[in-house]
Amino acid sequence: MLTQNAGASLFLAAEDVNIGVDGLLRYHLFGHTFWLTTTHVSLAIILLFFTVFAIIANRAIKKADPYGKPSAFVNILELMVEKIDGMVLGGMGEKGMGFANYIGALFAFILVCNLSGLLGLRPPTADYGTTFSLAMITFFLIHITGFRYQKFGHITALFKPLPLAPVNIIGEIATPISMSLRLFGNILSGTVLMALIYGLLPKVLLWFWPGALHIYFDVFSGCIQTYVFCMLTMVFISNNFEEE
Amino acid sequence: MSDLFNANFVKGCSAIGAGLALIAGLGPGIGQGFAAGKGTEAVGRNPGARGQIMGTMLLGQAVAETTGLYSFAIAIILVFANPLAK
Repeated sequence: MLTQNAGASLFLAAEDVNIGVDGLLRYHLFGHTFWLTTTHVSLAIILLFFTVFAIIANRAIKKADPYGKPSAFVNILELMVEKIDGMVLGGMGEKGMGFANYIGALFAFILVCNLSGLLGLRPPTADYGTTFSLAMITFFLIHITGFRYQKFGHITALFKPLPLAPVNIIGEIATPISMSLRLFGNILSGTVLMALIYGLLPKVLLWFWPGALHIYFDVFSGCIQTYVFCMLTMVFISNNFEEE
Repeated sequence: MSDLFNANFVKGCSAIGAGLALIAGLGPGIGQGFAAGKGTEAVGRNPGARGQIMGTMLLGQAVAETTGLYSFAIAIILVFANPLAK
């Protein structure tokens, strides 16, 4: 009887586990049904944060005295921009400095999305829609850069050894899929494991034990995956820089 | 659908399949361990380049992790969004 109760309580705890994307509001548009989900709510909060941050940073930079001592906030902003510039210079070379703005925005967005799990939001990067959109932007950037630097050589390069053409084409299509699945899988696995641990463990353990796991799954894994996504974007784009 | 092969049977088989899919974790484990070992060797030979070696190693390990994440995606689909059990 006791074991049955224990088993039942275990399953009851497991039913509280919620790892999916929850729909909050349903609406119809052009004959289709859409949902406003928890991902949208998290995204809205994150975008609000970025907007406020951008306005404050813009004010601080405009007020800064170029000849005097910079304030602490301006110093931090300069440090961030310098780090991103250094990363782009190291990954893409002089030619790629025009991409520094995009890479910086991408880095900041993915980092804040991954870290938002710490604040109790559902990370938007744990939704395949978000990561696939980011990967598609990279995909189009790769091929637009290829056309700009190599003109039609970009297309004919796919058929260079003619028997290998299908392999090359599949390789090009696989790039955004593998990039998006890598980010999505890492963040989702962290979210699932954290939800299972919160749902299954007794209350006493929850006071201290998940902290260590949050450090690993949210902070460490999130930072590494942000770096990897930006690095891969830079590597794939800069592969197309040399003209034939 | 007969009594033997009903929806519960499909669900149980899907759970077994999800467990089997995670065997793919072997490959990334071996690959990441190999990369970490080589990284340690490189730091031992050239301690000055520790930061660069770290970055390259982590990038390589994250790319090697992809196949494991594919299996994870398949396991998640089988357990939570199963297309077979309708």
